[in-house]
Amino acid sequence: MASQRDLRRRIRDVAKIKQITRAMQFVAASKLKRAQDATLTARPYSQKIDEVLADLAAVLGQDEHPLLAAREGGKRLLVLITSDRGLAGPLNTNTIRFAARAIMDHQGDLAVVSVGRKGRDAMRRTRVPLEAHFAGFGDRPTFADVLPLARLVTDGFISGEFGRIDLVYPRFVSTLVQRAQLETLLPVTPSADTDGIPGNQFIFEPNPAAVLEQLLPRYVATRLFQAVLEAKASEESSRMVAMKNATENADDLIEEYTLAYNKVRQANITREMIEIATGAQAH
Amino acid sequence: MPLLLEIVTPEKLAYSDTVDAVTLPGAEGELGVLPRHAPLVTTLGVGELRIRKAGQVETFAIAGGFLQVRPDKVVVMAEMADMAAEIDVERAAEARREAERALEGGFHEGADLTQARAALAVALLRQRVALRHREGPRHRG
Repeated sequence: MASQRDLRRRIRDVAKIKQITRAMQFVAASKLKRAQDATLTARPYSQKIDEVLADLAAVLGQDEHPLLAAREGGKRLLVLITSDRGLAGPLNTNTIRFAARAIMDHQGDLAVVSVGRKGRDAMRRTRVPLEAHFAGFGDRPTFADVLPLARLVTDGFISGEFGRIDLVYPRFVSTLVQRAQLETLLPVTPSADTDGIPGNQFIFEPNPAAVLEQLLPRYVATRLFQAVLEAKASEESSRMVAMKNATENADDLIEEYTLAYNKVRQANITREMIEIATGAQAH
Repeated sequence: MPLLLEIVTPEKLAYSDTVDAVTLPGAEGELGVLPRHAPLVTTLGVGELRIRKAGQVETFAIAGGFLQVRPDKVVVMAEMADMAAEIDVERAAEARREAERALEGGFHEGADLTQARAALAVALLRQRVALRHREGPRHRG
């Protein structure tokens, strides 16, 4: 059985860990609030861009722009979005495992662009070719942050190097649920035109092709930005929950050790009393 | 018939309210929208967006993006949309000097040059809009 001093030290250690996990829990909670707001306020823009694209698709054909055309050949590219820092519960593991399954199922050439350090490290360990790496975009990702990434994938697709580009990221469903998800980014598939006025009733200025030309790159950047925001909100909520559990576990441990400590202490006192009593009798 | 105006940027919903009319820089020049406008989609330039509502005029500096007009609703999807009242004049002036320096300073070709020019255009616009707002509202017809 551990000595009284050992137990006292253990209790102190666990209490210190608990302080840290509790602090991390509260920090994550406040960052989550911000990340969640950012995700929600960015949604109207991406919905509107979607709508305009659907209107355009109603009047234009698939061969109207290289970003719309499905193609043969070319590598498949996976954009993997994870967090930079760990201690976020099972989030990164799940996202990476999800991506790994897609990678293993794929026949032929494939490369990965990683956003966030955790994804990059995992790809390096498993020797999946890394096309590029973007260090995470901090606590407040801005639209400008994703533009270089958007340009990289768009250029790669237009040049024919990549035949298909997919996005893997943890979608923020709620504080308790984040779901790893795979979406095809390129070629662009417009959603159905359901916003009330059919696309062919719109006047496009200067003309539909020119509007499309400007819209598509922005559409790609918007999709990427939305995914980065979702991943950020997922990270903070997953970390908050993980740290909450850790804090509660620390409480349980402290209770257990305190109980053991009291038992040992009581046993020691009893033993000393017996010793004193025996000593007194001997005289 | 009311006209609902929404201004959205990639980062937020910048404005959402019913208005009487809105003027903005379209691809084919300045564009005015009143209720019952024909359905229209166009690209946007760099310039001023003016909202008229109950005799008051509110100004935004906007750059890049798209406009979708429906008879009862106008949606502005802009890369940047700053309300005149919220632009910091000193910072706008500093951004302008920086953009000018960048243009004078180095070699610029192709995309680089386009980008530097665009930055200057945006800086000039922000400064102009902010200064005019600071001088106080003026009456417009």
